[in-house]
Amino acid sequence: MTLKLTASALAIAAVSASAAHARDNVQVAGSSTVLPYASIVAEAFGENFDFPTPVVESGGSSAGLKRFCEGVGENSIDIANASRAIREKEIEACAANGVTDIIEVRIGYDGIVFASQIDGPAFTAFEPADLYNALAPKVLKDGALVDNPYTTWAEFNADLPDVEISAFIPGTKHGTREVFEEKVLAVGCEITGAFQAMIDGGMSEDDAEDACIAVRTDGKSVDIDGDYTETLARIDSNANGVGVFGLAFYENNTDKLKVATMSGIAPSTETIASGEYPVSRPLFFYVKKAHIGVIPGLKEYAEFFVSDEIAGPDGPLSEYGLVSDPELAQTQAAVADEQTMGGGM
Amino acid sequence: MTDATSTPGPMDAPAVKGSLHVQDARTRKRNAAEARFKFYGLSAVAIGLVFLVVLLTAIIGNGVGAFQQSFIAAQVYLDPARLDKAGDRNIEDIKKVSTFGYTPLIQQAVFDKVTELGIDTPFDDAKDMKALISASAAAIVRDEVIANPDLIGQTVEFRLLAASRVDGYLKGRVSRDSVARDKNIDAEHLDLVDALRDEGIIAKGFNASFITGADASESRPEQAGLGVSILGSFFMMLVVLGLSLPVGVAASIYLEEFASKNRLTDIIEVNISNLAAVPSIVFGILGLAVFIQFMHLPQSAPLVGGLVLTLMTLPTIIISTRASLKAVPPSIRDAALGVGASKMQSVFHHVLPLAMPGILTGTIIGLAQALGETAPLLLIGMVGYIATNYPEGLAGGFIDPNSAMPAQIYEWAKRADPAYYERAWGGIIILLVFLMTMNIIAILLRRRFERRW
Repeated sequence: MTLKLTASALAIAAVSASAAHARDNVQVAGSSTVLPYASIVAEAFGENFDFPTPVVESGGSSAGLKRFCEGVGENSIDIANASRAIREKEIEACAANGVTDIIEVRIGYDGIVFASQIDGPAFTAFEPADLYNALAPKVLKDGALVDNPYTTWAEFNADLPDVEISAFIPGTKHGTREVFEEKVLAVGCEITGAFQAMIDGGMSEDDAEDACIAVRTDGKSVDIDGDYTETLARIDSNANGVGVFGLAFYENNTDKLKVATMSGIAPSTETIASGEYPVSRPLFFYVKKAHIGVIPGLKEYAEFFVSDEIAGPDGPLSEYGLVSDPELAQTQAAVADEQTMGGGM
Repeated sequence: MTDATSTPGPMDAPAVKGSLHVQDARTRKRNAAEARFKFYGLSAVAIGLVFLVVLLTAIIGNGVGAFQQSFIAAQVYLDPARLDKAGDRNIEDIKKVSTFGYTPLIQQAVFDKVTELGIDTPFDDAKDMKALISASAAAIVRDEVIANPDLIGQTVEFRLLAASRVDGYLKGRVSRDSVARDKNIDAEHLDLVDALRDEGIIAKGFNASFITGADASESRPEQAGLGVSILGSFFMMLVVLGLSLPVGVAASIYLEEFASKNRLTDIIEVNISNLAAVPSIVFGILGLAVFIQFMHLPQSAPLVGGLVLTLMTLPTIIISTRASLKAVPPSIRDAALGVGASKMQSVFHHVLPLAMPGILTGTIIGLAQALGETAPLLLIGMVGYIATNYPEGLAGGFIDPNSAMPAQIYEWAKRADPAYYERAWGGIIILLVFLMTMNIIAILLRRRFERRW
């Protein structure tokens, strides 16, 4: 019996090695921020087309792009989801492995919100300066750059609650962290004058920029490497906690979280689309052009993703929390023409 | 005591005066120590039991809801003007109408029912019914129409899933307090749900598709099921069983019965024990590097998952097989050899059958361990929105992208919609049932067939 089993297992292994060259479903991997949207599209795609439902894996933008760039062929993924634009270095890595024609598709915008426990202290309005003062390792106090002395929010802004600073921010492997650094910490650094003070103190501009986006390490700020559910659990058990979430996640949990305004603007799909709410970022997916025509349904999936009924302002993606791209029509045309990055056709 | 009295010495002098009925200080101390130890032991057992009870109540309390689901009964008029504009029932034209074309028909059906029943509601537009109906409804109706185009023009009764917030309200997960802060549904909708429930239009029922269904996207947790990933786990276990049992048993028989004791076999032995202690994520990385990147096996395939878990299970099986081979008394081997059997005959005719119950028990325990393993699957692409299509045929079961039960539960626990949380707990119940069944089979096998000498 055992012999037969081994024989059959080996036979199956042999069959599968050849069957791997006849893949009939689209394979997607990448950003966990894009995953919910991609899964909604994949599901509707499977329902409405005669192709099988695409497979969407998570793992992060960088991991997804790395696998995307591993090469051309049915053993590599067809689409990488990313919550940031592809980097020059990654394009080079792609090219080195023969992945030269990449179609960049911007699907819309994602807002990043600051929220706290719904019954907790009144964190209702933040400025970038507040978050910088709360989280930076060095702040400007009485005209001098000092190690961050603040332990409560009210110490630097009397409008904020007088409770212990306790922030839960995305870990460095998340694309969200980069946006948070760029659009909140760096801005706050400049506004509070800490940036100027660093330059005056003899730092080069690059060093000062790096120092601006550093985060204090005395435990007042906690990096969350997991998902937003983990941040939510931390906020749930810590009334004074302030967490960073995606807009879509917040909108699904409005009964547990209350959101704060940023520079006086409340986050919503409208304020993000208009650009008033400052902390947002575009979301992308990248298509391997060499796979179009080889993997059945790949182009149809890409076109379906950006179609009006899916990614438009009334589509299911926008309902879930994606901020629809005002320039969607251009994206649709680009996908239809299979325009690759660098303007090639 | 007996020692103390039978060997008299200067230290025992006071003991002579004492009676056996009166305990001296030392005896009391020893008895007290024993009583204390019994108490410690009992409390350890009690703490364990309390944890078990807390765990089980938490799991069942949180997860049992996933086995029930709210359904809406709707008579949908399949309007030919929308579904078949040409009017010639050409299947290709009908297929061109996407699920978005069906949604208004379903909303209209529910709205008509509300009007017909004369329910007092502030809603005056069919679109307001959207919050009640699952997004999966359109796909159900569309599939039915494509399978049976003659239905167009008729009014057909469908049993459709209610939206997850409505379902949560009927199950008590969503309360009126939480709804006040929830922009996905409002109190007026809940009033309507109450009225429809009283009329029997919305009702809870057993949710078979949670056990048999496929995964669903983030926007419709009410549709998600564990079925496809159960198949994924099943095919992985087939691979594990088919590879690790023969390899493990052959290796242990050789090491135990044939190999000479030398430095090389010692090293092998130590390494097998070490391998059993290697964290499972290490096998995941190994699987990614060897099976996917080097051998080019497909991503997310149960075959690769099974190969990785085989590596993890092998040491467990080898160790338990060797233990049960060792437990067969040498007299059996000697007797077989004495009547002229060859070494191999003595092993296969006598030792192996006697050791079989132990080997099978070890194998089942190893399989149960592999069934609950998640970490290595993270690295070979089995976590995500994957378990969406049923595998096609036997070969497809091994190579079509699929997830596994624990990976699916992990994925659900990560998702934003709180309804997925309930699904994750429900998935744990199913996984536990599988694990307990396997362990019970192992115990029964051992009870029935194991022989003691």
